[in-house]
Amino acid sequence: MSQPIVEVRNLNFAYPDGTAALTNISLSIEQGEAVALIGANGAGKSTLLLHLNGYLNPSSGEIRIGGTRLTRETAAAIRQAVGMVFQDPDDQLFMPTVGEDVAFGPLNAGLPSDEIEQRVTSALDRVGKKHLKNRPPYKLSAGEKRAVAIATVLAMSPDVLVMDEPSSNLDPRGRRRLIEQLRSFEHTRIIATHDLELVVEVCSRVIVLDGGSVVAEGSAVALLNDEPLMLAHGLERPHILRHLHPHC
Amino acid sequence: MGLETWIEVSRMDELGRQDTPVHRIDARVKTVTTLLFIILVMSFSRYEVSALTPFFLYPVALLFLGQIPPRSLLMKILVAAPFALAVGLFNPFLDHRPVSAIGTMSISGGWLSFVSIMTRFLLTVSAALVLVACTGMHRLCAGLERMGVPRVFAVQLLFLYRYLFIIADEGSRMLRSIELRSAGSKHLRFRVYASLVGHLLLRSMARADRVYQAMLARGFDGQMRVLHPTPLRWSDWVFLLGWTAFFVAARTWNLAGMLSGPFMKGAS
Amino acid sequence: MHMADALISPAVGGTMWAISGGIMAYCARRVKESLKDNLVPLMGVLGAFIFTAQMINFSIPGTGSSGHLGGGLILAVLLGPHAAFLVIASVLTVQAFFFADGGLLALGCNIFNLGFYPAFIAYPFLYRVIAQDRYVSARAIFAAMAAAVAGLQLGAFSVVLETKASGLSDLPFGTFVLLMQPIHLAIGLVEGLTTAVVVSFVARARPEVMPTASSLAGMPVNARPVLLGLLMATVFAGGILSWFASTHPDGLEWSIAKVTGKEEVAGRESGCASAHRRCRKQQPSCLITISKRQQKPLPARSHPMKQTIPRRGRRGMPAHRFRDLRVASSHWLW
Repeated sequence: MSQPIVEVRNLNFAYPDGTAALTNISLSIEQGEAVALIGANGAGKSTLLLHLNGYLNPSSGEIRIGGTRLTRETAAAIRQAVGMVFQDPDDQLFMPTVGEDVAFGPLNAGLPSDEIEQRVTSALDRVGKKHLKNRPPYKLSAGEKRAVAIATVLAMSPDVLVMDEPSSNLDPRGRRRLIEQLRSFEHTRIIATHDLELVVEVCSRVIVLDGGSVVAEGSAVALLNDEPLMLAHGLERPHILRHLHPHC
Repeated sequence: MGLETWIEVSRMDELGRQDTPVHRIDARVKTVTTLLFIILVMSFSRYEVSALTPFFLYPVALLFLGQIPPRSLLMKILVAAPFALAVGLFNPFLDHRPVSAIGTMSISGGWLSFVSIMTRFLLTVSAALVLVACTGMHRLCAGLERMGVPRVFAVQLLFLYRYLFIIADEGSRMLRSIELRSAGSKHLRFRVYASLVGHLLLRSMARADRVYQAMLARGFDGQMRVLHPTPLRWSDWVFLLGWTAFFVAARTWNLAGMLSGPFMKGAS
Repeated sequence: MHMADALISPAVGGTMWAISGGIMAYCARRVKESLKDNLVPLMGVLGAFIFTAQMINFSIPGTGSSGHLGGGLILAVLLGPHAAFLVIASVLTVQAFFFADGGLLALGCNIFNLGFYPAFIAYPFLYRVIAQDRYVSARAIFAAMAAAVAGLQLGAFSVVLETKASGLSDLPFGTFVLLMQPIHLAIGLVEGLTTAVVVSFVARARPEVMPTASSLAGMPVNARPVLLGLLMATVFAGGILSWFASTHPDGLEWSIAKVTGKEEVAGRESGCASAHRRCRKQQPSCLITISKRQQKPLPARSHPMKQTIPRRGRRGMPAHRFRDLRVASSHWLW
């Protein structure tokens, strides 16, 4: 099936006070792809992500997830298909224990309790944190919180995983684990991040945002290697590429 | 503050999440038993002392069976004690009329009512603390909800509890940064205070927005749902009925009086 | 002021629990019916905020004492009366469970005293009427101070009534009132000013979260919980005043008699208590006067109403902002 799983056409969004945040954004993402959304602070990455599950509504333009147009009526179903992991795990772990947080999504979907149990176990297992099931969130380390936050979304069996700055505040080991996990997921992955080294390791494609519009799009290595392009948009060429073979 | 107090809160929560026979008793049963305990203790008349003493069995028993270190509870009781102490301590100084005697020493009504107040205080406070330490906030709120407390309120308790540490942590970080720039002064002027509180409020509201986003993203539609609960077991019933019988007996007859016979006879 | 279990009779405690519980159930239903489902996280986080804010103190120049935000009024402004009442109740509940503040029996009284008056009387009838939606103005300051003072005065008076009705303290009614009301007047003024300043701060930074005139007009305060609460309070007060008219010396027995119809709970004819009771029946003029009340020196989370007298440290020592155990224990001997 060649229909892209995420399709955005001519999206425009302005804040209530009138300032334009996103201008004429169009992009399409195939199933199973890992795409990075990069740009300087204030470029509009988070704003764009919040459109993908209907939290924000565009002023004009349309969004299609798996072919279905995103509207107020379809938002609930689309939220099951598009799992969003936010920047601060403390904002997403709001239940008394990890297990209940992971069960929150499936519960809201109205699944029967034995299936919920099974999803919780497999989601936690997927991120390697099954032993944390009865732990309260304030007793987790940053890396554990991040992993559990991802599990809360995995339990909903989404088709698309959207993540905002997943590697922030992680120590090197936690970050390495995260990268390995992201590489192992089969879901479509859309990652907004400043961690350009992570992009090189995980993503095949990159979309560069600046001032609310898409300024470049293409193969991750090719664009990230393009030093003038990177510098022009508040980024830089990641060190990891300086040491790779030029043809990689 | 701040951080010392929160360490206490998290310690209480840790105690509450242990797994002992007492912890496994249903939260509803423990809550009802504790409430009954408090009501019966408070229903004694103001000068009663000896009849109150058997009631100590309840918190002490739970303390040991629940593997709760007595020292942590004692610390909290000591912290809360000054209030009852302050109010009660005036009685002995103002009521000098002797009403009974131990041996040849006479006891005034004031001392008696003071000791009664302090005994009551000790009993009720330790019962409440032991309840939380043996149950944990999470199970307690779930139990409260099943006893009829509105879900909105039970959820509110859990959310408050969850974000307490985070907001308090933010607050103490802001305060520390102010202190570091205050040239050693420990005074917090009103304008600085208002600004600190205002900022903390804004950050709290922003956090609430983000939590709401996260909830929506996982399908929240306004209604909090819970997994199915476990039914009461025979051990729960034994706990409830056993302690109720004991409390009623201790309230109806002065068990200590029976045991200690001539020691505390009234002056009549 | 936080009531303690040690001074409450089951009759008073139970009555207040019934009242508070009824109001809580009503508020829970209203919150659920409101279409604002972002209230769930907002109420929780604001509850945590109020908890924290109550622990931060600022120094009041010239008096050597300190003050802090109570929070009832701010919650009412930001959330509306029903949600605010629930948040206040939740803060008090956590305090009761974890810090032995007040106790479980007295919790019903505390929720009513500290929640009902700010949320359902002071906010709708004073603050909203005076300030409307002009949160950044002198009018708002006046509104907040009036509302805070009214709320605290009513709450403090309720404390007096509840304590006297329980009959375990010997403070005479008049002395008690004279002690509580002026102090809470001062506390109310400080609370009102603090509330006004913080509200104007938020209104300037994020005007979109503050209720506007149009949304206020569309949100009528339902009179039912207010009337119910006032009715219960009136009945209660009426009962207390008639008690004073009688010469019954033992208040506890009076409350028990009124509630159960029996003169006293299955009595013991031995022990000190009955001896004293017989003694008092012979001397009904025995009145114990307590000349002054010591403050509650709890560290951290005390509500302004718990402090009956502004806290003073030892001479020359400034009041700490975040109180800790060491400081509290050295401060209460004054």
